[in-house]
Amino acid sequence: MAKLIALTPCADLLPLVAGRITLSEHVPEAITSVSPFAGRGAEVSAALKEIAGGRLPKPNRTTGARGFRVIWTGRHQVMVLGPPVSVPGAAIADQSDGWAVLRLAGPGADQVLARLTPVDLRRDVFKPGHTARTLLRHMSCSITRTGAESYEIMVFRSMAKTAVHDICEAMTSVAARA
Amino acid sequence: MRIDCPLCGTRDRSEFTYQGHALALARPAPDAGEAAWDDYLHNRENPAGQTRDLWYHDPCGAWVEVQRNTVTHAVTGAVLAAEAKR
Repeated sequence: MAKLIALTPCADLLPLVAGRITLSEHVPEAITSVSPFAGRGAEVSAALKEIAGGRLPKPNRTTGARGFRVIWTGRHQVMVLGPPVSVPGAAIADQSDGWAVLRLAGPGADQVLARLTPVDLRRDVFKPGHTARTLLRHMSCSITRTGAESYEIMVFRSMAKTAVHDICEAMTSVAARA
Repeated sequence: MRIDCPLCGTRDRSEFTYQGHALALARPAPDAGEAAWDDYLHNRENPAGQTRDLWYHDPCGAWVEVQRNTVTHAVTGAVLAAEAKR
């Protein structure tokens, strides 16, 4: 049996630094999609609270604690980043290999994203714990604010190189104006 | 042009994909007869004014029934297709 070497989605691409802004890769232990079956939301929410320290988040919000982040990613769907989870009453799928997770941080990170997405992600309207499904250039993505000057960006793994390229270009432009 | 995704809020039109008239939600019964099925599949109004159509919000995956005006381009309402009146 051949021995295969596992590569992360952004292996050899990250980290990148432009001025005071950094882009790095985050590899969660697992990414699990949780989609509650009809009428079983409350039960799934309670189970998630027990396991991941956060209930099912409302649209555009995140929850979670103790190393778990529960991100709303669509109608009746959340992604759980952290150790693998399984709860009764929901469709569970391991998505770990499907997504690239990028961390953009530093003063001006909001300006970098302003060049890439049509959504207002400034701090006064997009607060820590808020999340948005939107476009990064032409890529469907999920953007979560994790701190005053930091974001977590998820794109499909197949788009990782393009995403890094686009974000890097915007970072360089923003850094050049600083 | 901006559309209110019932889940995500007001978003740019570039996040949406157009499908067609919301008539598509009113699927006739299998035995409704040829005329009803002909209407459902092929016949569409071409209104100058208010219309309802289906848009897909690509990032969040929601089907949205949008009310808009084809003359003024004003978008006057949007509901989830799953919760729209049939």
